[in-house]
Amino acid sequence: MKILTANRLVDGEVVWLARDRSWAEGIHVADLARDADAEARLEAIGAQAMRDNQVVDANLVDVELVNGAIVPIRLRERIRAAGPTNRRDLGKQARANVTHVAT
Amino acid sequence: MYRYDEFDHAFVAARVAEFRDQAERRLSGELTEDQFKPLRLMNGVYLQLHAYMLRIAVPYGTLSSKQLRMLAHIARTYDKGYGHFTTRQNIQFNWPALKDIPDILEELASVEMHAIQTSGNCIRNVTADHFAGAAADEVADPRPYAEILRQWSSVHPEFSYLPRKFKIAVTGAERDRAAIQTHDIGLHVKKDAGGNLGFAVYVGGGQGRTPMVAKKIRDFLPEEDLLTYTTAILRVYNLHGRRDNKYKARIKILVHETGTEELTRQVEAEFRALKAAGEDLKLPDADVRAIERYFAPPRLVERAEGWGAVAAERKADAGFDAWLRRNVTEHRHPDYASVTISLKGIGEVPGDATDAQMDAVADIAEQYAFDELRVSHEQNLILPHVARADLKAVYDALVAIGLATPNAGLVTDIIACPGLDYCALANARSISVAQEISTRFGSQDRQEEIGDLKIKISGCINACGHHHVGHIGILGVEKKGTELYQITLGGSADENTSIGEIVGRGFSAEEITNAIETVVETYLAHRTSRDEDFLAAYRRLGAAPFKEALYGTEARAA
Repeated sequence: MKILTANRLVDGEVVWLARDRSWAEGIHVADLARDADAEARLEAIGAQAMRDNQVVDANLVDVELVNGAIVPIRLRERIRAAGPTNRRDLGKQARANVTHVAT
Repeated sequence: MYRYDEFDHAFVAARVAEFRDQAERRLSGELTEDQFKPLRLMNGVYLQLHAYMLRIAVPYGTLSSKQLRMLAHIARTYDKGYGHFTTRQNIQFNWPALKDIPDILEELASVEMHAIQTSGNCIRNVTADHFAGAAADEVADPRPYAEILRQWSSVHPEFSYLPRKFKIAVTGAERDRAAIQTHDIGLHVKKDAGGNLGFAVYVGGGQGRTPMVAKKIRDFLPEEDLLTYTTAILRVYNLHGRRDNKYKARIKILVHETGTEELTRQVEAEFRALKAAGEDLKLPDADVRAIERYFAPPRLVERAEGWGAVAAERKADAGFDAWLRRNVTEHRHPDYASVTISLKGIGEVPGDATDAQMDAVADIAEQYAFDELRVSHEQNLILPHVARADLKAVYDALVAIGLATPNAGLVTDIIACPGLDYCALANARSISVAQEISTRFGSQDRQEEIGDLKIKISGCINACGHHHVGHIGILGVEKKGTELYQITLGGSADENTSIGEIVGRGFSAEEITNAIETVVETYLAHRTSRDEDFLAAYRRLGAAPFKEALYGTEARAA
């Protein structure tokens, strides 16, 4: 399974393409691509969003579902989704509505 | 310290205005990311894991209190309340919004700072000995030369698009605290038999995926020829450096592939040609002396009372005594000392300082240190000129803000890059490894028993954490989706620079601190006495006892 992630142009905030096609700040609402066709659709949306100057560095990342929650496979993406592992007070993990941490 | 003249002010203001326009055009969509990226990089703006990152130049590591307060203000106003001092004597902010960066640059310009040439394939911030101008063992202050090189290299039309980035370091002392042999050009200020100032010139040092120790190509270059000779080196590199492969584009590869003798011949030929063509950039003596005046040492009045005061105070305060032993360095004036402010509190993030700490350190520098600070490449701050009589007051003020850890040069004074917690290039975390090792060795008695020991950690092969030249180096890699840490031993970045040797297979994140402890315990068991430090012991013993301790039968089988 894959999801589409990017950084928002204006402030660099890590975002994911949500099911409602908005760019969300929390990974929990990311749209899951479960097959090659869905991946291609997400990639096309990412390319267009970059052309529209909404985001930069849009790309697909591998994820799995753990107890129903979307969790990236790679540590790099888990850290992007949460924040620095040495500073739990920073990044998305510091926000009340995001419970995911990287390790 | 150097003060901007009219030209400098106008130049930096113009760059801020230019970048403001570029950022606005990017945000409006007029510029694509492909068009904007090289422009933002020329102004120190990266995109990292969580946000943009702004790298601000601290030329040769020298800061005033006013400038440090501005950095605190930026941390507080535009970032998340802290900054990260780097191994390039710069500072990085990890969370600025692109829309705010033009304002940040404008604020920086108001205190004569900028972020120009902190990225890109150009000549980067020229670094220098952090004790420059104060060190007892110094022939001359290297910073005037670093400033001359800074002025010469700023938007140099010929050298702004080199094959790859280019780093120059200068030291004025025999004992190299600026790691000059790990730079593209290393300059050692020295005097010839006649007492004339000049430079030993080293070329082709570097770390990264192909670490190399620089080769000395000139034992003595007269002072006046600094820019002509540097131009000759850059021209040879610009012409012959590889542009087809970024991993082979640094001058160290050119030196290696060409051979030191042939490369020296080419540089010397270009040097002669420049002179013959009348393109000699001979340094005008008056200009050199004028720049030197900016770096004139503060008026150091005799403060002999400090000797007695310190002797009494250290008896009464064990913490102060330890801090004096480790963090206070001999000054060329006997009544003064240089102070290392450790940004390596036990279990803390190497190189990080909060806005409140930066403000407080600026106050201390203003009150006790002639308003002058340095950033060391070892990610600490330095007060270069402090009267011994004021050391206790400085210590007490540092204790109050949590920056009096007496560990300079000890096992917990760890260099670490930002690693995978922040950096888009990293493969593994380095900060968390540094924190765990620091905590494990946090006992002051144990640290002092171990003695001088430099641990350096990088989260990828680019080696921003200088792992190749750590007495103990740690390189984080990603293997099968997990972090793995490779240990190197015997590296050094001083006047006897050496590249560490890989000791064997890597260790997991859970294993690495135990492995480092095994290495340290092996050293303690094998050293001839406390006077034989880790590096000396390693150079005597070689890797065998360390491999045996780490891998046992596995090592013997190999």
